[in-house]
Amino acid sequence: MKIIIPIKQVPETGDVKMDSATGTMKRDGVRSIVNPLDLYAIETGLKIKESTGAHITVITMGPPKAAEALKEAVAMGCDDAMLLSDKSFAGSDTCATSYVLAMAIKKIADYNLVICGERATDGDTGQVGPGISAWLNLPVCTYISKIISAGEKILTAERLVEDGYETLEIKGPCVITVVKEAASPRLPTLSGKIRAKKLTIPILGPSDINAHPEHLGLAGSPTKVVKIETPKITRNGELIIPKSPEEMEAAADKIIKYFHKLDII
Amino acid sequence: MNEKNNVWVFIQQDEGKPAEVSIELMCKARELADTLKVSMCGVMIGKNIKAEAKKLISYRADRIYCIEDGRLDHYTPVPYTKIMCEVIKKYEPQIVLYGATTTGRDLAPRVASSLKVGLTADCTDLKIGDHTMKDQEFKNILYQIRPAFGGNIIATIVSPEKKPQMATVREGVMKLSAPESKYAGEVVNEQIKLTDAEFPTEVIKIIKKTRSVNLKAAHIIVSGGMGAGSKENFKLIQDLAHALGGTVGASRAAVDAGFIAKEHQVGQTGTTVRPKLYIACGISGSIQHRAGMDQSGRIIAINTDPEAPIFQIAHYGIVGDLSDVIPRLIKAVKSK
Repeated sequence: MKIIIPIKQVPETGDVKMDSATGTMKRDGVRSIVNPLDLYAIETGLKIKESTGAHITVITMGPPKAAEALKEAVAMGCDDAMLLSDKSFAGSDTCATSYVLAMAIKKIADYNLVICGERATDGDTGQVGPGISAWLNLPVCTYISKIISAGEKILTAERLVEDGYETLEIKGPCVITVVKEAASPRLPTLSGKIRAKKLTIPILGPSDINAHPEHLGLAGSPTKVVKIETPKITRNGELIIPKSPEEMEAAADKIIKYFHKLDII
Repeated sequence: MNEKNNVWVFIQQDEGKPAEVSIELMCKARELADTLKVSMCGVMIGKNIKAEAKKLISYRADRIYCIEDGRLDHYTPVPYTKIMCEVIKKYEPQIVLYGATTTGRDLAPRVASSLKVGLTADCTDLKIGDHTMKDQEFKNILYQIRPAFGGNIIATIVSPEKKPQMATVREGVMKLSAPESKYAGEVVNEQIKLTDAEFPTEVIKIIKKTRSVNLKAAHIIVSGGMGAGSKENFKLIQDLAHALGGTVGASRAAVDAGFIAKEHQVGQTGTTVRPKLYIACGISGSIQHRAGMDQSGRIIAINTDPEAPIFQIAHYGIVGDLSDVIPRLIKAVKSK
């Protein structure tokens, strides 16, 4: 069984600064982590590895320092890593990102299963997993909450939907995205960290994965962010700041009277 | 009607019935189509769906394309993607909207990458406007508006160079408008050949859970956030909801912290609500949360931080600790 897990390095904080000229994120000066939702994908892969002896390759597209994210995945127990990094990849939207990851997966060629996180906490779209499957022309299955059995030809899994879950059989190779319910991520081990430290991660550019320049980066991205604003809201409601228990009581009375006046209660 | 360049909605069906979000999107799509002076059309895929499709014409659909096949009863991505791509190539719509459901969020990105067109997830607003890019002027394109990057930013995204422009929208974000029973539209049968090899996913079992919380139907919602501090303290919020005859809601942070089950979550990744009264207790009010409740009739906020963004949209705000304010509110309710 060969598994590929595409991951993303994301800023740790929700307080991301934007470059208003380009409409892209300013990554400088912000601590980076493995996208927390990708840890569930990694753990799902590791569980399969434990039960069937799979080989796991973790890949990411990003700046050179995104290698740190790959090393963390290796420290958790993944076997191999590959970094897709090149200036021409900068500014990619979900379509261009899934293209690069799909071309890298094509380059690896020998695999049975691709496992992605549900979405990244920064972009918050959840579009890259299904996007990869389209570029590879493979079946996709999103929101997997439980792997029932993972064979080289058939995957049986549960998919979490709005009003319950579905049990699905998918012919491999296929792409899945997993939700939190699928696994609880382990911590890196000491021996894993040592192995990760020693591992040289290959860095691949567009020509290494036979990627066409027209599909890359900002130019290859059909969507463009054209405006960013911090919304100003002007409802001008009344703010009560009670200074004593009596004032608090009066404020509570006032609110409840207000509800009665509006006939809400 | 002109067959090309129209505004489309993917009409999701579950057990043959159209999803609520798809109808909401038809109402929005109608508005966009009127602005663009084009037709509004739906695409419905499933088994024996024409009678349901016909009923949807009343949402002022000019045409609903139906693709029927016994194997298409339940959604799976490969055949649905093929169908969407083929009808899109045939009729070249300028806009296609999808509900941001587990189905729509599985299907839309796959269609987008197959056609190499843009797709914006979880839009909170859609507008028509002009845009100049690299000295090229694009007239009447779709502005796809969504919160981005952890919250306090609203981004406007465009994808004018390739058609269709596509977006997903969550349930409850767009408003339903009244149907017009005599609207003249048509249901059109589309044939698309599918081989058995194009069904690599088999649905072998479907387990339904009944929802115990119905936030969408609630007239009064009392929601708690991280300000509750603990699971035990969250009981205060439940007590107030009970006293007012309301339903309990929560912010994503409170759900992630384990204070309450996810089905109570209000906001962009939870349920979008429009109750008559929304009381936000200990919720700071990130953009994602506000996007899910700012259309409420009246908003009351209780928070210790007078600078909390939730106060900007509140009709009334009380600065104070929940354990001081809520018991007094309950007492005031009971004394009336």
